Amino acid sequence: MSHNASIPHRLIGQDAPPAPSLVRATFAILWSPINGFLEWFGELGLFSWQVLRAAFRRPLEGQELFRQFDEIGSKSFPLVALAGAAIGFVLSLESRSSLVHFGAQSMLPAALVYSIIHETGPIVTGLVVSGRVGAGIGAELGSMKVTEQIDAIEASGVNPYKFLAFTRILACILVLPLLTIAADFCGVLFGWIAETLAEPVSFQRFINQGFAGSTFKDFLAPTFRTVVFGLIIGTIGCFQGMRTKGGTAGVGLSATSSVVLSSLFVILADVILVKIILVFFS
Amino acid sequence: MMRSEQQVLPDVEESGVARATGDSSVRNAGPAVVLRGLHQSFGTQVVLDGIDLTVKSGETLAMLGRSGTGKSVLLKLIIGLRKPDSGSIQVHGQEITRLDLEAINQVRKTMGFLFQHAALYDSLSVEQNIAFPLKRHTKMSASERGNRVKKLLSSVGMERDLKKMPSDISGGMQKRVGLARALALGPSILLLDEPTAGLDPITSGEINELILKLQEEHDMASIVVTHDLQSAKTIADRIALLHGGQVLIEGSFKDLEKSDNEFVSEFMKRDS
Repeated sequence: MSHNASIPHRLIGQDAPPAPSLVRATFAILWSPINGFLEWFGELGLFSWQVLRAAFRRPLEGQELFRQFDEIGSKSFPLVALAGAAIGFVLSLESRSSLVHFGAQSMLPAALVYSIIHETGPIVTGLVVSGRVGAGIGAELGSMKVTEQIDAIEASGVNPYKFLAFTRILACILVLPLLTIAADFCGVLFGWIAETLAEPVSFQRFINQGFAGSTFKDFLAPTFRTVVFGLIIGTIGCFQGMRTKGGTAGVGLSATSSVVLSSLFVILADVILVKIILVFFS
Repeated sequence: MMRSEQQVLPDVEESGVARATGDSSVRNAGPAVVLRGLHQSFGTQVVLDGIDLTVKSGETLAMLGRSGTGKSVLLKLIIGLRKPDSGSIQVHGQEITRLDLEAINQVRKTMGFLFQHAALYDSLSVEQNIAFPLKRHTKMSASERGNRVKKLLSSVGMERDLKKMPSDISGGMQKRVGLARALALGPSILLLDEPTAGLDPITSGEINELILKLQEEHDMASIVVTHDLQSAKTIADRIALLHGGQVLIEGSFKDLEKSDNEFVSEFMKRDS
């Protein structure tokens, strides 16, 4: 006789959890974040479409665009330059000890320039700007949203997608490559300074050795990769800001989520774009 | 309401604003705003459940009601910031629920909106806030624009605070600047959301007097959302009381005072 045979039949039925509801509950738990993610993407798509439509409508909003160049470009320059300089200095120090170990310290300028121009400069610029500008845009537009300033703009017959979003996104797109060049330059300059402190070498010789194996094409594709980073930072910052809900707590959340999401998408885009550049530009 | 002959603000035609906004077809005769069968819900919560209202040109309608009865939502529906679930909104005879963005922006230029917390652009100075709609919708030169801004600010008693930032002025002053900005394009319809909320009795009285003075100067239709019964009594020609998503009673202040309806009597008693 089996163990179950001693238990009345109806009790077995009552004690066992109903299988379909357990499956449904598990599905609901798994589906909820997926649904939220798909919803977010759908809303981002609609937002991007509104901005794209507004982009081709008059007026140009030139004054606001120049204000954003200043906010996003000029004011990010010191931080980007400092980050580039620090990376160049550290890379030079770290690479030197490794290369000396293998007796290949003459390769240092080329290794440094290649590393900074191909990867370190663009990604550091992208992440620094996504931190500074992403948070700034998310917080500014979020606070405008909760204080009804965006409604006031719309009520006065001005398209907020053009005036607020398009100008910021375009400024990010145009400014990122320029900031990357600045970060690259500072990285190479401070890489040279670090090298000179260990073993004096003229800047011209360092540059000549550094760019010996590189062509203009090597510089162009990685730098213009940051156009995509600018698009991501601007779009996500504006999107998160303009959908803010829930007062000052919501503003904080928008600023944080702008930084987290734009940094995440910048890294993802970097991985994909590096592969594309290697396929088409190598 | 009697219109005084005193003219404090410059005439809109004279200042070039009406020429610049340029859509005379929008400002036709007849009722300024007509709402029919307006419904609006947020999830399962029904906020407006069949609102019918008409506001004539030159008339001031005050909308009263408990918090959360959809008074502010109604103003946002009229200016097209929200789409109703169903129903009709006519502004100067144009059905705005069916208009595209370009067309609705033309209608918006004929309306001024004072937000509950003024909603001044905090990155712009007081002067730039008022110049904002003028810059975008008129062909005024910088000096003409400057003159218009000064006259608007002087009409609300803020001519000395031109260069100040919104964060440097008090709540009452922000409301005044918001009112000046709402009047910048010489609107034919003025929407005021809680113009005296959060202000002390003296400043509230000053704002009421200012609204009254501005209404006397211009032939504007005004819709004022307020909790302040005294304010409604002072500035409105007609009062509508919202309750349960519908207009419970509509009439003069005396009509509301005389009403036998239990809720109306309670509302008038508690607020007075």
